[in-house]
Amino acid sequence: MTYSIPGSVDETRRLILKGAAVVALAGLGGIRFGLAPALAAANDKYPEAAFKVKGTDDAIKALYGKTAEKSDKVKMDAPEIAENGAVVPIAVTTTLADVTSISILVAENPNALAASYTIPAGTMPSVANRLKMAKTSNVIAIVEAGGKLYSASKEVKVTVGGCGG
Amino acid sequence: MRLTFRSAAAGLILATLTFGGAQMSHAADNPNPPADLKAFQKYFTDKFPKVKLEDFVNGPYSMDEGLYKQWKEKEEFPPYEFALDAGKELFNKPFKNGKSFADCFPNKGIGVRQNYPYFDEKQGKVVTLELAVNQCLESNGEKPFSYTKDDMASVTAYMAFTSRGKPFDIKIPNDPRALAAYENGKRYFYTRRGQLNFSCATCHVQSPGDHIRAEVLAPALGILNAMPIYRSEWGGMGTISRRFTSCNSQVRAVPLKPQDDEYRDLEYYLSYVSNGLPISGPGARP
Amino acid sequence: MASTIRVRATSSGDTTEVQALIQHPMDSGFVKNAAGALIPPHFIQQVTFEHGGKPVFVADWGPAVSKDPYVKFSFKGGKKGDELKISWVDNKGVSDSSTAKIQ
Repeated sequence: MTYSIPGSVDETRRLILKGAAVVALAGLGGIRFGLAPALAAANDKYPEAAFKVKGTDDAIKALYGKTAEKSDKVKMDAPEIAENGAVVPIAVTTTLADVTSISILVAENPNALAASYTIPAGTMPSVANRLKMAKTSNVIAIVEAGGKLYSASKEVKVTVGGCGG
Repeated sequence: MRLTFRSAAAGLILATLTFGGAQMSHAADNPNPPADLKAFQKYFTDKFPKVKLEDFVNGPYSMDEGLYKQWKEKEEFPPYEFALDAGKELFNKPFKNGKSFADCFPNKGIGVRQNYPYFDEKQGKVVTLELAVNQCLESNGEKPFSYTKDDMASVTAYMAFTSRGKPFDIKIPNDPRALAAYENGKRYFYTRRGQLNFSCATCHVQSPGDHIRAEVLAPALGILNAMPIYRSEWGGMGTISRRFTSCNSQVRAVPLKPQDDEYRDLEYYLSYVSNGLPISGPGARP
Repeated sequence: MASTIRVRATSSGDTTEVQALIQHPMDSGFVKNAAGALIPPHFIQQVTFEHGGKPVFVADWGPAVSKDPYVKFSFKGGKKGDELKISWVDNKGVSDSSTAKIQ
């Protein structure tokens, strides 16, 4: 709601939030170097380039520097027909061991990569989220396990596009 | 191409016979809301024998398995959550004069959604919850909310939430003006309008569960129980006022002003014939 | 001002399930406003979930994540009463953070 008003409110909020972040940093800085500046350092690790690539293959290469092989151990739960392209529930899970990340791509979106999740040791290789889809498309799940990439894909029909306009 | 009003003409004749014709021809002489209610609910339970009466409040999700699953997922952390929190805050925030919404409503406004709209004999008109919210603001020297979304949606979302599970309990007092309002709302519901020449009933009585272009049409029975709603199509919340005006626009009719007499009468009729079905708002819709 | 972050973290013995909903427009940069002008991209890029001073989940998001994004995951460990810290930062440098207790 804050964001529906462009301009001043947004600006004010940003200032407030920046202030808050600084406080948080100051508060935590002494405890653990490297972790506390998560907010500040976040953008360094953010794979910006991979999110700007067009096709699926190129996005996977930009993100991981390698290609994926299909695996029936990667399971994706996505609707046959999305109720609305603006909110498409997609869940990915796998029985593969040593999973370090899970990524989801929508082939027909302007930029294929939608989300990429880091899975530290001790976190289950399973994630659910809601994505936008411009039109009917293959959705591709990538699981990085033991340094290799595995994929699954499923077509989701979109009758009401989720990209407005 | 996807406009799947199969045998629209035949279906319409049926609908007209069931609701419009048979009753409307007598309506002028002998309005009978309880009989309307019974026939209305029977029509839906006959048309959808697998859907439980109380599940009609879940709209299109009660008629399509794929949609139902997506809805269940959304409800795990529903998109109206932020509006609900904002509504609670607004509801409890004192006005400049120290009073608050609680002072304007029976039971301090908690758990009362199911009693709106009601016919106000003093004002001589139907008072909806949205109108009551703005009357409350204005009588306390506050600026009224805009009717279609934002604050109005948030406050009514919170009020609906505190009333979840309570059956709609709309009363038609023994006042000829109340009955006239009900009949007027009913007339509005079954009257065709707009360039598409659709009535409310064309989509929501005759064709619920069918697709109109890409959307699954919601049944009229229970449609208001879920209000206000977070609609993915809107990318946000909308009130009953928003639903009525956007429906009119979709059939390419010129919408009335929110809370116009006819809309309030329509809400009165449509809520009355859903009596007994639980309040489920706020809702999430495609 | 209310937080932009809503979190439900529930422990069921050895695992904790986390669900989060964040209030954010997630403007893709491909949508036009009513006046026909493109709405500039404005989306969350990274969300970090930390438990016991350690990240347990990091989400990197592009503009194709839905408005008011939702995410669900589970991790081993985490007891009732433990704190879970959630922070996000978007492409304009706006950020927010919140702490939730595991239920």
